Amino acid sequence: MTFRIDGDEHEATPRAGQCLRTFLRERGRTGVKKGCDTGDCGACTVHVDGTPVHSCLYPASRAEGREVTTVMGLGTPETPHPVQQAFIDAQGFQCGFCTAGFVMTAAGLGEEQRADLPRAFKSNLCRCTGYRAIHDALAGVVNVERDAAGASVGRGLGAPAGPEIVTGRVEFTMDDAPAGLLHMALLRSPHAHARIRSIDTSAALAVPGVQLVLTHDDVPQMLFSTGRHTTRREDPDDTRILDVVARHKEQRMAAVVADSVAAAEEGVRQIVVDWEVLPAVFDPAEALKPGAPLVHGDKDAVESRIVDPSRNLVGEVHTVCGDPDAGFAAAAVVVEDTFEVQRIQHVHLETHGATAWLDEAGRLNVRTSTQVPFLTRDELALLLDLDPSNVRVFAKRVGGGFGGKQELLCEDLVAIAAMRLGQPVRIEFSREEQLAASTTRHPMRLRVRIGATAEGDFTAMELELLSNTGAYGNHGPAVMFHACNESIGVYKVPHKRVDGQVVYTHTVPAGALRGYGLSQSVYAVECVVDEVARRLGIDPIALRERNVVAPGDRFVAMSDEPEDVEFGSYGLDQCLAMVRDALADGSGEPVPGPEWLVGEGVALGMLDAGPPGGHHADARISLVPDATPAYRLAVGTAEFGNGTATVHRQIAAQVLGVTASDIELVASDTDEVGHDSGAFASAGVFVAGRATLLAAQALAARLEELGEEGISVARAAAEAITGEGTFTGSPRSVAFNVHGFRVAVLPATGEVRILKSVQAVDAGTVMNPLQCRAQVEGGTAQALGAALDEEVLIDDEGAVVTRNLRTYNWPTMATIPPTEVRFADTHDALGPLGAKPMSESPFNPVAPALANAIRDATGVRLTRLPMRRDRIWEALADAGLPGATFPAS
Amino acid sequence: MDLNTVEQLIPATGREAVDAFEPGDAWLAGGSALFAWPDPKLRRLVDITALGWRALTATDAGLDIAATCTIAELADYGTHPPPAEWPALAIVRGCCEALRGSFKVWNVGTVGGNICASLPAGPMTSLAAGLGAECLIWQPGGGERRAAVADVVIGDCVNALAPGELLRSIHVPADVLRGRAAIRQGSLTPMGRSASLLIARVPPADLAGEAPAFTLVITAAVARAVTLEFAEVPTPAELDAAIEARLVLGDYFADPHGTPRWRRHLVRLHARELLEELTGA
Repeated sequence: MTFRIDGDEHEATPRAGQCLRTFLRERGRTGVKKGCDTGDCGACTVHVDGTPVHSCLYPASRAEGREVTTVMGLGTPETPHPVQQAFIDAQGFQCGFCTAGFVMTAAGLGEEQRADLPRAFKSNLCRCTGYRAIHDALAGVVNVERDAAGASVGRGLGAPAGPEIVTGRVEFTMDDAPAGLLHMALLRSPHAHARIRSIDTSAALAVPGVQLVLTHDDVPQMLFSTGRHTTRREDPDDTRILDVVARHKEQRMAAVVADSVAAAEEGVRQIVVDWEVLPAVFDPAEALKPGAPLVHGDKDAVESRIVDPSRNLVGEVHTVCGDPDAGFAAAAVVVEDTFEVQRIQHVHLETHGATAWLDEAGRLNVRTSTQVPFLTRDELALLLDLDPSNVRVFAKRVGGGFGGKQELLCEDLVAIAAMRLGQPVRIEFSREEQLAASTTRHPMRLRVRIGATAEGDFTAMELELLSNTGAYGNHGPAVMFHACNESIGVYKVPHKRVDGQVVYTHTVPAGALRGYGLSQSVYAVECVVDEVARRLGIDPIALRERNVVAPGDRFVAMSDEPEDVEFGSYGLDQCLAMVRDALADGSGEPVPGPEWLVGEGVALGMLDAGPPGGHHADARISLVPDATPAYRLAVGTAEFGNGTATVHRQIAAQVLGVTASDIELVASDTDEVGHDSGAFASAGVFVAGRATLLAAQALAARLEELGEEGISVARAAAEAITGEGTFTGSPRSVAFNVHGFRVAVLPATGEVRILKSVQAVDAGTVMNPLQCRAQVEGGTAQALGAALDEEVLIDDEGAVVTRNLRTYNWPTMATIPPTEVRFADTHDALGPLGAKPMSESPFNPVAPALANAIRDATGVRLTRLPMRRDRIWEALADAGLPGATFPAS
Repeated sequence: MDLNTVEQLIPATGREAVDAFEPGDAWLAGGSALFAWPDPKLRRLVDITALGWRALTATDAGLDIAATCTIAELADYGTHPPPAEWPALAIVRGCCEALRGSFKVWNVGTVGGNICASLPAGPMTSLAAGLGAECLIWQPGGGERRAAVADVVIGDCVNALAPGELLRSIHVPADVLRGRAAIRQGSLTPMGRSASLLIARVPPADLAGEAPAFTLVITAAVARAVTLEFAEVPTPAELDAAIEARLVLGDYFADPHGTPRWRRHLVRLHARELLEELTGA
């Protein structure tokens, strides 16, 4: 069969059931991405005879004799197609994984589609940008600014990888094809709780092409946690590489390695397991009751660091600061409510995946889609009993993470298989595995109680939460602690009570997700703050202004002892004022009609800059003789759409008096620097950026010391001149976000329209306004999905129901309104060149601001997320709102 | 996605393809349903686009839509501009737009494939049911049968096609097309998947007294299309009473796209709007 792909002829016979997506990728057209593999996300869009189609749905053989154009054939970095150039000029991408699909869809629009872009793009998912930058690209808006030597900081520079991203050349985790590559597929548990009585792999091993089957008998049985932290003791050791017990549906139970994905999948189907099905518990409150089935009843509390395995209790916190009882007694009003926050999934567009191999020296190499290469390296060495120097873990460009890749979910198995077989082994999660069997946000039930005087001074706060960590405790305790910290620490009242518990159930494990507990607790706290304002008849912004911390105040949450958090700068007052002004300036969409109810709502969030207990980052920068670019900067942190690859170069350029293009960045490779805790806890700029700053300053000092003569000598000797920097993440500053919405609600259907959305942020010195704005917009969009639509639903048997991107309702371009982003004018004394983190925190105030606006519009308080149309309507109907009840005839 | 258990992809050569149908076979049209849903039982795909069926055939008797007609072809036919003698085609666009997938999916997805996938939210099922279309089904052994859509799509992902039966086309009667029709879709999200999709129609003036004066077809909110026919134009109260008499809360579909209670409300609300739009009642 003859195929024409990007102008080249290919003689090939596709497999009978092969889709065009994999056929193209096997021919090197790796710009064609897998996002969902079910035709919903559009990342695989190509043109067949000029018509845009999703190549994952297109039978490969049907392309015979037709002209197939991929993003790689549409244009090149040197001569990009006008649409590709527009995406560079507008920076219509962040991680870049969805970009090929957007570019190919845009390039294939007809007049009819151009007239209604949200409809034309409803099958294109971008998880990073919130779509505004993509709108700009489609409208031909130029957002990138020019650089200037020694003055990079503060400019909206484009991402260095832009030309490669928009033309499909940038290499993501699954885009290389090492010789002799083998593929792994996993047997996953069909039961929520069951023990393997016996497992028969003989038929699997007999499948042609199958090379290896791994079961619990074949792998180390050391307990660890998939969750990765600077200190490994932060997470309970409750997980085995392969366990004899399944503790949630879809838990990985065995692995098959074969010459092809098809053979590995067939091998998995041929494994015969004799299961002893055990009783299971899915509700966290039920799990705490005496007699409940135990998820980790076989664990030792001390060894595994589980508070009480005999009660499914992973972790807990019970603290009292000041005298909350006296505070409540002295209050003129006390408001209390309970809330329920759902599971959501990150839906980073690049699924989890890794490739492992042994190099010539016999050293284990693992290339993976991770936010934490160094912590993965350390744990792999521990699990496999290797010296860390004999393990290299690295990531190149990562297609989104949002916390989901602060985990070790697949690297261990491919490492073991590669060491057994001496050949490279790859695993690539499907979207279904991603949604049903990786990690989610921690679902929580929360109770918040606030007392206040008649004047509006808070007298006491109480936060109680029950967090469901699922079958494993990865991030469970840390998320619980974080939820209980900044959400109430932002209010200065010293009388606080906190009761938190995090509990095992036989469900898909929860893990790290943008906000890390705060998105749940900030929602609950800010809703109750809003109710206090209503009860007292005080403007909700004024009430917050009265009660928030300011320089000179202590942060009081679970402790009133001083921590390492300081006011390196303070812009919360500015943020509150900016949101007030923005909501009052008369801008925004008009009210759709007289039957719509209109309301406004605000909420705030505070975020400590980096995790407690430290966060390590090393950086090294060298002036390399006769190299282009002249400087080589090595950092450990990973770029996954957060923009650090741009900002680190800007920081170094600023210090060295050059432009960002003079600096080559290498990142996220354990062979390049000593250590880095990784790209999480918003540490990419505040911590790793500080290390870069110190390294650049060290190099600048060295260059000055050497003088022109000394530099020439080094050049003549072909010696690099190097500066190094390290930062350990303490002391920390605080960043602030305030969100405001005006909404219209249609009581008849429960539909919410956002008429105005504004977020004011205190990011310190804004290193790159283009990227920082994009982070705020993207965080807002992801949070809107979580506030309105998204939920990982679990059935009565513990199985995830929302298993693909057709049932998991992610926000499209049609869902997301523009959000006005305003920056506070501050300069941080602790952050690098005055900067503070701004990657997680934009997520946190969105859901409560929206809930408060809906409350303002309708008079009804929604205490459960997501605020889906059906639930809003049901709440309004139950409240007897005239427009919501069915009109009498 | 790759369908890794499939060993053969063969073109259907003619009418006799239905006789060669075996367990593990599936009819392949556009592929947008088959390639989106893993089914390890599949061994062979039989490509019915090889039969070269004409997508749309208009006759005095009405419109025949081949199973392999793509949604893009149908949308184009219904839009640019809708044939003046068939005003009921005005709902075609809305049905196509009710598909969760964008125009890129329209380019490959087919009318027959959408019906045979038998999802409650399948908008081609809604269209066919809404316009009172009849399915023409080829049977093994050389026979064929005709059936109303509600007797083909009978449950959530369940249809009444026997192994080997092949949906050939759907026939929309001219008498319906000459009337007027209107559509209402409800969804949890803007441009999202249908939680309810209602189509109502009234007959052309020359059929007054012969055809039902008002017909309401409820889909997406229920797993199997429900048709309510009224000899006389009902009052809003009569319409609502008829819906409530026919469907109790437990009859409404529950899935991640909406609660039964909300779906029931949308059906009642949108039915009333459709009545007003088409009859002024």
